[in-house]
Amino acid sequence: MQFPAKMIHSLFLVNSSGDIFLEKHWKSVVSRSVCDYFFEAQERASEPENVPPVIPTPHHYLISVLRHRIYFVAVIQSEVPPLFVIEFLHRVVDTFQDYFGVCTEAAIKDNVVVVYELLEEMLDNGFPLATESNILKELIKPPTILRTVVNTITGSTNVGEQLPTGQLSVVPWRRTGVKYTNNEAYFDVVEEIDAIIDKSGSTITAEIQGVIDACVKLTGMPDLTLSFMNPRLLDDVSFHPCVRFKRWEAERILSFIPPDGNFRLLSYHVSCQNLVAIPVYVKHNITFREGSSQGRFELTLGPKQTMGKGLEAVLISSQLPRGVLNTNLNPSQGTYNFDPVTKLLSWDVGKINPQKLPSLKGSMSLQAGASKPDENPTINIQFKIQQSALSGLKVNRLDMYGEKYKPFKGIKYMTKAGKFQVRT
Amino acid sequence: MDEGKKLHVHDKVFLSLPLLISIIKLSTTAILFYDSLAFHNKHFCTLAKRQMLSMSTNNLSYSDQGGTDSAVEVGQETTPTSSNAGAGFGLFSVDFKKNEDLKEMLESNKESLKLEAMKRVVGLIAKGKNASELFPAVVKNVASKNIELKKLVYVYLVRYAEEQQDLALLSISTFQRALKDPNQLIRASALRVLSSIRVPIIVPIMMLAIKEAASDMSPYVRKTSAHAIQKLYSLDQDQKELLIEVIEKLLKDKSTLVAGSVVMAFEEVCPDRIDLIHKNYRKLCNLLVDVEEWGQVVIISMLTRYARTQFTNPWKEEGVFDERNERAFYESDEEKTRDETEAKPYMMDPDHRLLLRNTKPLLQSRNTAVVMSVAQLYWHLAPKNEVSIITKSLVRLLRSHREVQYIVLQNIATMSIQRKGMFEPYMKSFYVRSTDATHIKSLKLEILTSLANEANISTILREFQTYVKSQDKQFAAGTIQAIGRCATNISEVTDTCLNGLVLLLSNRDETVVAESVVVIRKLLQIQPTQHSDIIKHMAQLFDNITVPMARASILWLMGEYCERVPKIAPDVLRKMAKSFTSEEDIVKLQTVNLAAKLYLTNSKQTKLLTQYILNLGKYDQNYDIRDRTRFIRQLIVPNDKNGALSKYAHRILLAPKPAPVLESAYKDRDRYQLGTLSHTINTKASGYLELSDWPAVAPDQSVRNVEVIEPVKEWAPSLGKTGKSKPAKSSDDKFYSDSGEEEEEKGSGSSSSEDGSSSSSEESGSDAESHVQKNSSQSSEESDKSSSQSEKSSSESDSEKKERKTKTPLQKKTVKPTAKDSDSDENGNIAKEANSSSAEESYSDSDSDSESDSDTHTDSDSGTEHKKETKSKAKPKVEVKSTKEVSLLDLGDFTPAPVTQHKSSVLSPSLLGDLEGLSLSNVSSIIQVSGPAFVPEKSHDLLHRMTGKGLSAQYQFPRQPCLYQPTMVSVQISLTNTTDHPLEQIHIGDRSPTGLNMHCFNTIECLEPEASVTVFMGIDFNDSTQAANFQLCCRRKLPLSGLLSLLYPSSSSSPF
Repeated sequence: MQFPAKMIHSLFLVNSSGDIFLEKHWKSVVSRSVCDYFFEAQERASEPENVPPVIPTPHHYLISVLRHRIYFVAVIQSEVPPLFVIEFLHRVVDTFQDYFGVCTEAAIKDNVVVVYELLEEMLDNGFPLATESNILKELIKPPTILRTVVNTITGSTNVGEQLPTGQLSVVPWRRTGVKYTNNEAYFDVVEEIDAIIDKSGSTITAEIQGVIDACVKLTGMPDLTLSFMNPRLLDDVSFHPCVRFKRWEAERILSFIPPDGNFRLLSYHVSCQNLVAIPVYVKHNITFREGSSQGRFELTLGPKQTMGKGLEAVLISSQLPRGVLNTNLNPSQGTYNFDPVTKLLSWDVGKINPQKLPSLKGSMSLQAGASKPDENPTINIQFKIQQSALSGLKVNRLDMYGEKYKPFKGIKYMTKAGKFQVRT
Repeated sequence: MDEGKKLHVHDKVFLSLPLLISIIKLSTTAILFYDSLAFHNKHFCTLAKRQMLSMSTNNLSYSDQGGTDSAVEVGQETTPTSSNAGAGFGLFSVDFKKNEDLKEMLESNKESLKLEAMKRVVGLIAKGKNASELFPAVVKNVASKNIELKKLVYVYLVRYAEEQQDLALLSISTFQRALKDPNQLIRASALRVLSSIRVPIIVPIMMLAIKEAASDMSPYVRKTSAHAIQKLYSLDQDQKELLIEVIEKLLKDKSTLVAGSVVMAFEEVCPDRIDLIHKNYRKLCNLLVDVEEWGQVVIISMLTRYARTQFTNPWKEEGVFDERNERAFYESDEEKTRDETEAKPYMMDPDHRLLLRNTKPLLQSRNTAVVMSVAQLYWHLAPKNEVSIITKSLVRLLRSHREVQYIVLQNIATMSIQRKGMFEPYMKSFYVRSTDATHIKSLKLEILTSLANEANISTILREFQTYVKSQDKQFAAGTIQAIGRCATNISEVTDTCLNGLVLLLSNRDETVVAESVVVIRKLLQIQPTQHSDIIKHMAQLFDNITVPMARASILWLMGEYCERVPKIAPDVLRKMAKSFTSEEDIVKLQTVNLAAKLYLTNSKQTKLLTQYILNLGKYDQNYDIRDRTRFIRQLIVPNDKNGALSKYAHRILLAPKPAPVLESAYKDRDRYQLGTLSHTINTKASGYLELSDWPAVAPDQSVRNVEVIEPVKEWAPSLGKTGKSKPAKSSDDKFYSDSGEEEEEKGSGSSSSEDGSSSSSEESGSDAESHVQKNSSQSSEESDKSSSQSEKSSSESDSEKKERKTKTPLQKKTVKPTAKDSDSDENGNIAKEANSSSAEESYSDSDSDSESDSDTHTDSDSGTEHKKETKSKAKPKVEVKSTKEVSLLDLGDFTPAPVTQHKSSVLSPSLLGDLEGLSLSNVSSIIQVSGPAFVPEKSHDLLHRMTGKGLSAQYQFPRQPCLYQPTMVSVQISLTNTTDHPLEQIHIGDRSPTGLNMHCFNTIECLEPEASVTVFMGIDFNDSTQAANFQLCCRRKLPLSGLLSLLYPSSSSSPF
């Protein structure tokens, strides 16, 4: 009896037009035709996002993720936790992005050799081997223009000759022998607010998702501790593996030996139970009259509870009902755009000036004879607030042990809109 | 436009300018034409290409290759290889032409050219193009110094080795060499590639490499060997037993790097061998936090299964306390356990607690798969009141990618059906956003419905109202179903929901209306009494509804409750009679039903209508409808034949029908373990391992105890690598003295020595030499040999022995006092004495001998008898050793062949004795500390000569590590023939328990009268105290049943 081998069998990369442009097999070769089942599902789905992530076929299971308009389709032969595969595929995308700056079809095709080398290192026999970016970068150096030039001249390679030291040490995420002339550590506290605001302007649900992204360039083996003014705010946290969990449990202090370079130290959640201040309000008046071929559209934005910080990079988007043929709107600032095919309205507002609130007013022309839409469109808002974390989280201090020099430290706060929707 | 340029280049020399221009124009227009068409019609496309082809050939017929070249390319393109003809245009021609020069580049001397070529080859592989014809050219570069080139060759090799098995073998020796490289990275990658080459013929080599790598110094290499186990297993399942041994060994590894990989191998090769886990359970629990994240997932899911077989159910009697304990959630863990233990007789196994405690921090992992696997562990293993700690983490995962959301929501859906309380506080996290994907929306809806209760139903219904208006009509329909479910589950809101749904009947969207009708029908069935006005309302809407399912539902309602709407129902039937022929099948069937029911209740008004409809149905195209019509007619229209049946027609058609139960699609998903693929697709995926039920009584807890602190050095000595340190060990000293002296008698015991130990045999050879060098003066000859040991032949080993012989007397004295634990040596020593005193001593005398000698004596006797056998076996071994470097393939069937009796008595090569002794000495440092100074030699009767009809057998435990497998206990058996005729074919027959793992001795072809022979066996008692039973057979009188009912001796603390 042939036991099906576990874990990831093959990987196919499929672009949005349904072509397989890369394939990689870790075990015996699986024919491309297995993707036909995927294409079938793709055809059935109205939107690219609607393709189900897990598709059973007679002999295989297809687990796919969609990132940057590329489907990463993994072929599985037997029972395996689906999240295991999904998480891994996302890690692959993250790595590509890390290596090539962007993860597009063109970038992957241009760097197909590096892609292959990476995939070869990341999985052995379908089981993840090295997924830590620090380790991978020691094994396979990311392509840079300079290195490409040098390589073509000298014939040297992108492949590291040594086993990454991290692979064996107790701190697998950090390589040894790191040296910098300027020792610096930057931390970005970025919070995203997810909210649903109902018609009348009251908050239905709101929660804050925060992350602390770090860029640490420190010599040697620094041991850092980061403490907060108000750690109790953090409702639910997940850490980079470097963070010592015991210390956090006991003292609510982040203690860690950082990886070298960029990494996500922490992500946290401030749930809807705590009252979240919504920094923006929307006044809207969108009406469709029965029988008329005209609809009214009025939108005004204003800041609210922003603690004196300005709203920036405000972008409004809304999917208008199918019945809308075109719009004739007049923005008080910024530019707006309506795509008559997809019915997507977007308005790039820019910065909100509290003295002169931005508005978008005008009329919509509707399909003649069509009945009035049941539902008013939902408005999605994006914005940024610099220098402020909405939850009020504050870093108290950052200390370094284990090394003699004095690093340069920096902390930045930012709030962004996540999935911020206003129902009208 | 490629085309145009190419023409230009080729023709420049030959053509005059105006002509050239005209040609360029022509071909470019052709191409433009072709391009513009490419988007529209493939057929046209090929036409266009043909046209172009003919054009270019016509125009260029007199010119050189330029034209023909392009013609070839274009012609090539017409074969429909790729769907995107436009893009493939240039691509194909490139492949077509360049494969040849790729070969040249690969065979060139320049590294950079080779590298360039390999990069392009990898590009071809990535595109799924066939590059297999380059195999010979590529495989030559496998030994390249350039690491990147080498890696790319590896990529190629792994891809195509299966197809080109013979050629792939050319590369094997390179890997074998690399396996011995001092750089661990190279060793590891060699093993990785070697084991990835799916060529069955190299299975023995892989096996050997895996075994060796499993005891490598570097944990990274050991990790690689754990990966290789799975690969070998999928290549050749017959290796299972041997692989399990390696797994068992690696499971003991303390490195976090290895843990995940070896558990993965365990899961794949022998997931049912839960007994291998016992001893490592606590270690795995403690290491878990530090294992890399992918390993964590695998270990956690394995431990979940393990725990379900080993611990008792923590949920017993908890149902009552459930709600109360829910409050205890915010208290600390320790407190809770104490509570529990005080309140109930249930005591949680400390190991069970250990698992829960050590996995909890992993809920904070950034890896969603880890969080999910901890969540399922808590769901399946934790006491009910502790499960809720996973809620927060699962809700956090909802912020992750769409695909992650999908899986997590599915699992939450299953959980929330069983335990609403867990997720209720987070209800708002499941509110649907307009940007969610459809499958996410429906999952959220599912969960919200499950969470609905009396307290929150109003909030949920208000939220649902928004969803019903959604532009995504499919989602709106789903919401209506969800409202229906809420209405049935929560009786307080049934009326509200029903009214709301009735309002939706006037919705403009058809799918919404249809769905509402269907749901209303179901709701009305549940409480039909007060709702005749709703039925009337629906009858009014009937004309406007076109969705067949909805129409059918209304018709069914009319029929079912026709007595409540006596006036309307016949009218509806009248309308239906009119439109019957143009209806859908499902509607027709319900019309027939309605007609029948009305006929029974109100035949005065509807008799004619019914007959008309039945007539229409009789000639319908659909046979279902014809059948139904025929059946109904016989049932309701009374005639002579069926009088009996029509009496019951009323009761048949208008029987009270049970109301449908509206329930979740996720209701029965909990039969699958959460977080698994099977759970996601709701069917059993291949390779799914059932989660067993809790055992009623907890199995022995002590199996997890690790009594002895394992020697730290356990892993350090690798079979093949510690050779150099050996001479220092005293066991070696005595070993040599023994082998030197007893070469004539000893060695039978190891006649079937370890299969794969050729490397150790090699080592032993070198050791022997170095040792001799140390101790004797005649070193010049020896040093030559040690330098060229790989070429050494068996004859050399003979000469070696002679040398040793010369120095043995000297050594013997020094060794004797220290010869303590290694019994075989001991035996040898004594045997030698015995031998020297009188070689003719009769074997049957053993009883009369001095007791210290009694058993060893038989030993020594056997030697003389057995030496030929030993010899004949030793020889192939030596050969193998000598050829090993050249071709390991010969090792394929290494199991010693059945021995043929050679009468010619030669000096027995003591090599096997050497082997035995040396492989012992690998672990001798341990043996020496643990073993007593002198193990009392006690032999026991296995088979008395009376019961054995002349064949007697005695056994003893030499208390030395078994050679065959570390888990085995070695048993020394002395067989004596007390009859007056030779016994033939003595061998081991059936054994029990059937799974008994034992290493039998080789069949003894012939045992002369009065002769005796000593053999060694290895028996794996599996750490149990069960007796091992086996049959001892010989040809003449078979079978002699022997019962070796000895318990595994606890005092012989085997270091393994």
